Amino acid sequence: MNERFEPKITAFVCNWCTYAGADLTGTSRIKYASNVRIIRVPCTGRIDFMLILKAFERGSDGVIVSGCHPNDCHYTSGNYHARRRWMVFKEQLEFMGVDTDRITFSWVSAAEGAKWAELVNDVTAKIRALGPHEAFHALAGQGIN
Amino acid sequence: MSRIGIFICHCGENISATVDCARVAEESGRLPGVVHSVDYKYMCSDPGQRMIQEAIREHRLDGVVVAACSPRMHEATFRRTVSEAGLNPYQCEVANLREHCSWVHEKGESTTQKAIDLVRLLVEKVKRNKPLLPIQVPITKTALVVGGGVAGIQAAIDIANAGHKVVLVEKSPSIGGHMSQLSETFPTLDCSQCILTPRMVEAAQHPNIELMTYSEVEKVEGFIGNFKVTVRKKARKVDEKLCTGCGLCTQKCPNKKIPDAFNEGLGKRGAIYVPFPQAVPNKPVIDTVNCTFFKTGKCKVCEKVCPTNAIRFEQEDSHVTLDIGAIVLATGFQLMKTEAFPEYGYGQHKDIIDGMQFERLASASGPTLGAIQRPSDGKEPGTIVFIACSGSRDRAKGVPYCSKICCMYTAKHAMLYKHKVHGGKAYVFYMDIRAAGKAYDEFTRRAIEEDEVSYIRGRVSRIYEEDGQLVVKGVDTLLGGMPVEIKADMVVLATAVQAQEDSRALAQTLHVSYDSYGFFAEAHPKLRPVETNTAGIFLAGACQAPRDIPETVAQASGAAAKVAGLFSKDELTREPIVAVVNRQAPPLFSTCVGCFLCQSACPYSAIESEEIKNRAGEVIRTVARVNPGLCQGCGTCVATCRTKAIDLQGYSNEQLFAEVMAL
Repeated sequence: MNERFEPKITAFVCNWCTYAGADLTGTSRIKYASNVRIIRVPCTGRIDFMLILKAFERGSDGVIVSGCHPNDCHYTSGNYHARRRWMVFKEQLEFMGVDTDRITFSWVSAAEGAKWAELVNDVTAKIRALGPHEAFHALAGQGIN
Repeated sequence: MSRIGIFICHCGENISATVDCARVAEESGRLPGVVHSVDYKYMCSDPGQRMIQEAIREHRLDGVVVAACSPRMHEATFRRTVSEAGLNPYQCEVANLREHCSWVHEKGESTTQKAIDLVRLLVEKVKRNKPLLPIQVPITKTALVVGGGVAGIQAAIDIANAGHKVVLVEKSPSIGGHMSQLSETFPTLDCSQCILTPRMVEAAQHPNIELMTYSEVEKVEGFIGNFKVTVRKKARKVDEKLCTGCGLCTQKCPNKKIPDAFNEGLGKRGAIYVPFPQAVPNKPVIDTVNCTFFKTGKCKVCEKVCPTNAIRFEQEDSHVTLDIGAIVLATGFQLMKTEAFPEYGYGQHKDIIDGMQFERLASASGPTLGAIQRPSDGKEPGTIVFIACSGSRDRAKGVPYCSKICCMYTAKHAMLYKHKVHGGKAYVFYMDIRAAGKAYDEFTRRAIEEDEVSYIRGRVSRIYEEDGQLVVKGVDTLLGGMPVEIKADMVVLATAVQAQEDSRALAQTLHVSYDSYGFFAEAHPKLRPVETNTAGIFLAGACQAPRDIPETVAQASGAAAKVAGLFSKDELTREPIVAVVNRQAPPLFSTCVGCFLCQSACPYSAIESEEIKNRAGEVIRTVARVNPGLCQGCGTCVATCRTKAIDLQGYSNEQLFAEVMAL
């Protein structure tokens, strides 16, 4: 019998919107896929792209970055910095061998508990369809770190 | 080697029902650096906390991971617990096993595995936590209340009575808000203005309250205890100090054909006007859009008649910057317009009005002096239909929520109508009667049983005009869906309560969260209903969700109590989650190369430059320095820094990379 592939998903979420939104998902008892591991940062602006690269290196098959909606950043503009950094680093990540389809940027506010569940489920299904990120894991194994 | 202690909470059954807590404790106990690992039913209970404290002493722990509910719930509790046992509070981390794991996944191996992973990540983080000292900041003991409706007035009076200065900002020319427009209030049928106006006067005369009417909040900077708020005072074109409020100008203004917003367009006012007779302050405003002088350059009748020469056509908007310690948002709501209902004629029928318009018709100070007359021809309606849930609980209208007040005010309207038009017939179409509240259900029963209002359970599909009347076509679901047709003289729609049009923009100015409908979001739906997620900003009234007057007033007093509590101290303890720039011994001094990319990324202008000098006083390096009073700890600078010379305490590179490496 073939076992279903369970992808490893790492989520970098901001403390004020998405972390609180994911808390609301819990308070509302909305069930979602258990593949995700949340790493709390104060703001998506805090996310160094090396963190994302390392997450893939450590075996993640997909990464979620989620913070406040545009204009709603608790720190005014951190989410814009994250978005701009993504535009800049996207090519670099591709060059390094990361399949950028496996990175999902989203905005989930503190009031969007249901959206968080939906996001995790969607990303999990998408990454499951893509399969393990073996190409990059193999590269990482050769000691680029 | 670290000495980490792990404490897995069952949270009664909230966590243990889906997560095998004993196994999480057992497996986590084998992690390198972990010297103690236990599970317990309630970690936040007294015995649970004592257990942590004893373990810290007994095992000489230098780091603690509590795996329990969200850190947004109990992080502060457990940090206090560990600090009482002599550990620095920032050596404690909380793994979120409840909201992020046990409540959202089914019982099983993968859920327990996730719990183990979450604990492991934080064990790796906490090993690298550094002891931090909280930052003390002074508090400016002046509160800003935004919105001068009943919520804002109540909050301002309560804060002022606690002995603190309050600035009450209201965008319209008078305080009073929607409540001053109401005729009578449920469930007592006492006159709204009779109970509100004394409060309005009290707010205006209170030595601790400064009123800023016809003003809007434009910019908010800073943080709890230390906000800098810029308020735009719109030009009244009247010198408030000279004006005595005699009202001569408003009587003599030749242009009296302007629809009156206070009367919801049912009455007319002049170009210079006081919104209503009991306005506070009772000083007129010139409506420059409609004023003949501003349109044609001629007229100036008001200036000629003013006995104190208070008219100032040249007056411009001005800006005032205020130092504020806490902010209460009380900006209220708006009603969905009748234009939003194609099935009810897109607001084209003059005799289809909304609830607030009916309030003005029924009000003694309204355009008809309290007589119920239909807007089209001024006739007394012999048959009137009220439609509850107009827009509310209607997903197609984007309002799936219940507007809460409509059941009650519709019953009130029907009663007021019956009291004024004795022979009239009143019908109410409703979905459910939601009358939860003290003496509320009795009130709706009174409308049905004593005042003989006909309640029909069903929706109205269409209204059209025929022979000067409105044909209301609906259905009675209690008669098995039988069609109902009523020829009415007037229809009142109890339209949905919605967030103010500019609520999102204001939320963005203040950095507070809001929900998908534009209502401001509370910090916790049950336990922190008057706070926002932004420290120092509180909520009162219908800007948070539809509310009736008693709830609004209770919440306003609650918000005021929170402000008074904040102001009871002279200094505020802030979390030391701030960025720091690397400094070290010579000859390196700092890994900062002085590119100041961080400065351009910082939203708070918290990054300054610092000169490093040698003994002769010559500048040898210019590096960045973070002002910890201004830094809010977002960490955008950290991700921007090329040399990793700037780091965020509490979320340092070392800590976050350790978490990722533990994946």
